[in-house]
Amino acid sequence: MVGNTGNGALVQVRGLKKYFPITRGVVFSRHVGDIKAVDDVSFDIYQGETLGLVGESGCGKTTAGRTIIQLYRPTAGEVYYDGQDLTRMRGNDLRHMRRRMQIIFQDPYASLNPRLTVGSIVGEPLEIHRVARGKELRERVEELLQLVGLNPYFINRYPHEFSGGQRQRIGVARALALEPDFIVCDEPISALDVSIQAQIVNLLEELQEKLGLTYLFIAHDLSMVRHISDRVAVMYLGKIVELSNSDELYENPLHPYTKALLSAVPIPDPVVEEKRQRIILEGDVPSPANPPPGCNFNTRCPVVMDVCSEEEPKFVEIEPGHFCACHLMQSQ
Amino acid sequence: MANLLEIRDLKTQFFTQDGVVHAVNGISYDLQEGECLGIVGESGCGKSVSVLSVMRLIPDPPGKIVGGEINFRGRNLRQLSEEEMRHVRGAEMAMVFQEPMTSLNPVLTIGFQIVEALKLHQGMNTKEARERAAELLAMVGIPQAADRLDDYPHQFSGGMRQRVMIAMALSCSPSLLIADEPTTALDVTIQAQIVDLVKRLRDKLGMAVIWITHDLGVIARLAERVIVMYAGYIVEEAEVKELYGYPRHPYTIGLLGSLPRLDVRIDAKLTSVRGQPPDLVYLPPGCPFAPRCDYSAERCESEMPSLEAVGVGHKVACWEKDKTEGVRPYGR
Repeated sequence: MVGNTGNGALVQVRGLKKYFPITRGVVFSRHVGDIKAVDDVSFDIYQGETLGLVGESGCGKTTAGRTIIQLYRPTAGEVYYDGQDLTRMRGNDLRHMRRRMQIIFQDPYASLNPRLTVGSIVGEPLEIHRVARGKELRERVEELLQLVGLNPYFINRYPHEFSGGQRQRIGVARALALEPDFIVCDEPISALDVSIQAQIVNLLEELQEKLGLTYLFIAHDLSMVRHISDRVAVMYLGKIVELSNSDELYENPLHPYTKALLSAVPIPDPVVEEKRQRIILEGDVPSPANPPPGCNFNTRCPVVMDVCSEEEPKFVEIEPGHFCACHLMQSQ
Repeated sequence: MANLLEIRDLKTQFFTQDGVVHAVNGISYDLQEGECLGIVGESGCGKSVSVLSVMRLIPDPPGKIVGGEINFRGRNLRQLSEEEMRHVRGAEMAMVFQEPMTSLNPVLTIGFQIVEALKLHQGMNTKEARERAAELLAMVGIPQAADRLDDYPHQFSGGMRQRVMIAMALSCSPSLLIADEPTTALDVTIQAQIVDLVKRLRDKLGMAVIWITHDLGVIARLAERVIVMYAGYIVEEAEVKELYGYPRHPYTIGLLGSLPRLDVRIDAKLTSVRGQPPDLVYLPPGCPFAPRCDYSAERCESEMPSLEAVGVGHKVACWEKDKTEGVRPYGR
């Protein structure tokens, strides 16, 4: 599998699982099943890169992002951050590590406390970690606002006074406050208008260059992911089905799901669209509480074989740096 | 071919506590029988309000159509009584909304909701209407259609619900189908299913379609002609290939430049449109895009340009349109 240490990986995810229990009964709650939101995923995130994580809604990409930075504790598996296993850490040790990994949330309307000023929102992490206080704190917050392209003069305003794009900038400033190395960007642009999306993506790219950040960029917009990512992982029903550098993935997809997903994305060019062949997938994604046996894509796969419903395909390296979990690849 | 719909100088405003919201500010366009027209724009540009005005579904108060004509097959819909309008809606023009869960009644079965329209508009009896409803569900690709008539909306997935909505809209064979962002809430693989379904049904039934979206990709696949709206004005109108190949309004150029593409990698930064859309209560006296425009001149600040022809079927509302000739959006 992916090499273990000394390969420039900042984050190493190994066999990560996150199950949410389904319970029945009010007084005596019985455990009757699990939603397998993330089901045994392994990958590395290299220092300074952007890893795109794509998939349809409900595929577990957000849960994966949150479990990696321990906002959810995993059901099984390990997450090594700079060689240290985050899943074994508790209390102060973990809090200390949190300074180095931050998250930008999807909805800039729900992720900012409406009762706090921008200054308190961006300054809160600095206070909690006792990095700065008083005049120094204020100066640092002003510096951060400037860094994300907001006027430092806005420091005493409340979130409702800002537009969606500006709020997302506040979210970015908050994530940057503790000078982290690693940021999970959880669909940071999907709630924004098209012309504003490009502003935020350009900002994230500039900050990465300036500060040497590492991103896990979670999104369902495959065009934007191609633009921003160095490597891309495709998730389906809790599992990673394909992982590769982004040009390779988009030009030479191996997994039937990746192929179908890519062909479903419309290209804003009517001349190209006229000639494109589309693979239309039948049906809907099965429930993660009751995934089909074998390969979990076998219910919708256009090239399904007998073995697919019997055995789960292994996630293996087909070409250097190009991983795929499909029986079709392994039989060749 | 004859014009099905002629909109002339349509103005719709909302009278709220904060002031008058100028949602639609004098737009005019034609739609031919059987044509597919795309209306693109960002949230709050008036695209939904403009078609809700056509259907006369603007909530009054606070909204009101304050001027203009809506000629549908030679009749001005603004002069019809509410009773007459009810016969037009559903039978001659029908609408599919963005969020299928909120537009279906959760406590009534799917069959009941389709049958209701058929009995009302077509005068069918229950048995005939149920047979027709099953046919319609089969036509939009719902498996075991006859058995699913007695299911409730929550028993369908998002994509299936949107199919039910389309079946319902098509129940009385309207000559105009208005689709208001019908795929925005859906995943890309499901979106591809719905877009292809509408395309197929249009070819089969010969109805005209107005498809509203903020997604320039979907429009490239579907529409024959495109209208670009900004702050309640039509800023550009052209045949689909003309618009994507030779956009002339700085806003259209900016929008196309801010879209990454799946099929080519653009290494440079996306060209974002700076700033944000204006507040529709306090519209600037001149061109509403002027504060964000790279081509803005003195006249743009004071006077709104009218929509003028720059080619066959290509119209643009811009004072500086001579300067944008030959300008290519980034990456094209």
